[in-house]
Amino acid sequence: MTTPAPGLASTSERRLILAHVWVVVLSFGVAAGMAMMQALSRANLELPYRSARMYYMSVTGHGVLMALVFTTFFIMGIGYVIAQKETGFIRWRKFAWAMFWLAVLGTALAGWAIFTFRASVLYTFYPPLQAHPAFYIGLTLVVVGSWGWAANMIVSWRAARRTSQERPVSLAMHATTVNALLWCLATLGVASEMLFLLIPWSLGWVETVDPLLARTLFWYFGHPLVYFWLLPAYTIWYTVLPREAGGKLFSEPLGRMVFILFLILSTPVGFHHQFQDPGISANWKMLHTMLTMAVTFPSLVTAFTVCASLEVAGRLRGGTGLFGWIRRLPWGEPFVAACLLAMLLFLVGGFGGAVNAAYALNSVVHNTAWIQGHFHLTVGSATALTFMGACYWLVPKLTGRELELRLLAQVQPYLWFGGMVLFSFTNHVTGLMGLPRRLFETGYADAAQAQTWESLTSVSALGGILLFVSAGFFMLVMLGTLLAGPRKEQPAIVWAEPLAEPAGGFRNGLWDRLGLWFAVAVLLVVLAYAIPLWDMLSMTRYGSPGFKPF
Amino acid sequence: MKVDIYERVWMWGVAVVLAVFFISTAVAAYGRQFHPPSHIETIDPRTALTDPRMAPQGVSVDADGRVHVRVVGVTFAWLPAEATVPAGTPITFHLTAADVVHGYQIVGTNGQAMAIPGYISQFTTQFMTPGEYLIACNEYCGVGHHMMAGKLIVVPQEDWEPPTASQSPALETEEVAG
Ligand code: HEM
Ligand SMILES: [Cu+2]
Ligand SMILES: [Cu+2]
Repeated sequence: MTTPAPGLASTSERRLILAHVWVVVLSFGVAAGMAMMQALSRANLELPYRSARMYYMSVTGHGVLMALVFTTFFIMGIGYVIAQKETGFIRWRKFAWAMFWLAVLGTALAGWAIFTFRASVLYTFYPPLQAHPAFYIGLTLVVVGSWGWAANMIVSWRAARRTSQERPVSLAMHATTVNALLWCLATLGVASEMLFLLIPWSLGWVETVDPLLARTLFWYFGHPLVYFWLLPAYTIWYTVLPREAGGKLFSEPLGRMVFILFLILSTPVGFHHQFQDPGISANWKMLHTMLTMAVTFPSLVTAFTVCASLEVAGRLRGGTGLFGWIRRLPWGEPFVAACLLAMLLFLVGGFGGAVNAAYALNSVVHNTAWIQGHFHLTVGSATALTFMGACYWLVPKLTGRELELRLLAQVQPYLWFGGMVLFSFTNHVTGLMGLPRRLFETGYADAAQAQTWESLTSVSALGGILLFVSAGFFMLVMLGTLLAGPRKEQPAIVWAEPLAEPAGGFRNGLWDRLGLWFAVAVLLVVLAYAIPLWDMLSMTRYGSPGFKPF
Repeated sequence: MKVDIYERVWMWGVAVVLAVFFISTAVAAYGRQFHPPSHIETIDPRTALTDPRMAPQGVSVDADGRVHVRVVGVTFAWLPAEATVPAGTPITFHLTAADVVHGYQIVGTNGQAMAIPGYISQFTTQFMTPGEYLIACNEYCGVGHHMMAGKLIVVPQEDWEPPTASQSPALETEEVAG
């Protein structure tokens, strides 16, 4: 026994989780470096090596590494932590390692294609832009690796449920399993896009691909993807944050309901990303709009429960008055500060999301800088900042080391917040002015309209610099803690206690029947997609050959 | 499931607000017939520039006197790169792409639609204010994406001259844009 890390039993389990953490930290670091260059480039600053080709390669790398690699590896890692705590050990450990390496191999393949300029197709890879087959195969391997993880979560959930027939599994395990189920349902879309359309086409086995069908399959996956990112952050806000802030979880049973609602509502909504696409009738777009609005319900319930839990914490810490409890929250704790600031940014992001999804307003903001402002608040802050905070909380427990460079960890969330306010606000505004997203340069040969957004893109670049410094602090703290923090025994993981035990104690209830809810989710997907997909397939369609204009 | 009274009130409040959203969205969409561009029509992308439904590119007036603009996106230009239309008149845009996906966006207005190879997009809008509008491409289409731009010139109705029937054929427009 060298370093006991209570709560996380064996050294080999810790090693598996830490392997995921390493990928998280490294992919984040690389992607953050590229991101700052992008923000400067959009402000038309002349940087060394700046070229359009480099820029679009970089945006592809940033998008893939942040949105697909950083997030997925963190989610798998924290899933193993939760399953280990729930059932006492991590199941199928060899298989879990194999899946980890498969996902790493996939990342390496895709990364090779991107960084050698063979795949500047962005992380949405809309055909007929055609990347090197290694790009598609690599990303598919990442998804296959994550399926192995999802199966692991489902099996752990079943085991936990079997050993306690009466009491439901913990909220953390419930939420993680729901997310795994959501992921299985969602990835059907992207997996079929890859396997049936893009991989055979990029290998030259088939001549053409239908761009609209590919987009539809992609967005079938793309929206639940955002909930796959978000649910782990919610899980942390429900099950870790209240206790770390010094309080209790306000309403446990509602938490269970919330995750189930996400499972059933987050997939049948993909057309809200295709409002401006031809080939899909307005009525189906409207149905998806309605379901999209419904999915805000569980988020708003979460907002209440989490705020109420924090109020409990603030009052237990001696806060009084209507808002006095807010000041008493431990704003100097890196983990707590990261979560609170992530939530504040998410609040704004949520309003913006309602605009994006609005049937009529979408045509003002679609594919403009507004969108980039929006998702840096949601996945780029609600998710990413919470994950960074969670690393401050988790990594000491995994390494048995103190958090190194604690001061930097305390400042980092505030820097992110400040940088994100500048970055995101300016992108929202320039988006409303009509500045498109994904642009190497925003000058449009000095067109009059382009001059209106010139100064704002510079403010956005300033935000990008702050964000980059913040990301650098995170990297330093993580590398320090992984490699050099002073060894010290760390407190075990304890989930937040519910404020009140429900009358009659905790029992398995309606919201714990995951099989049933999964069936409902499948049914809704069939309702929302079967007919429009059938209509699409039965049109006279003309495929497209591949193009590589990059 | 026992739910705290405040939380129950909150949930009902949220439900009511959502119901209002549902209804107002549906009323706006079906009452005022406002829908995002959702035209359903396919076209062979290899003949996008010559297909009679898309050629000649540019402004035309149909038998009923309605104004149409036909635009084809190619890497990295809109064909035609420039179009002049009257203010205060409904204009119907017909769009497609000859190679990869592009996004036709009239900057500063809500006029936009995706130009997807193999499909024809369509939307109708009016411009109240005469002036020059930048047309951007808002879907990444390759290394020249940021240079893919055009111009829409909106002139007062009385100054506008309908194009003569013998419009420049597609090939010539391509030269202008290139
Ligand atoms: C270091 C802080 C960050 C900065 C300065 C930054 C900056 C940028 C910029 C300037 C772009 C826009 C490129 C363009 O549309 O022309 C971009 C795109 C993007 N960012 Fe970030 N970002 C940061 C962090 C993040 C994080 C944490 C995430 C998610 C976990 C993220 C996800 C994305 C995605 C998905 C795109 C879209 C790429 C595309 O349009 O294909 N970013 N970022
Ligand atoms: Cu979405
Ligand atoms: Cu473009």
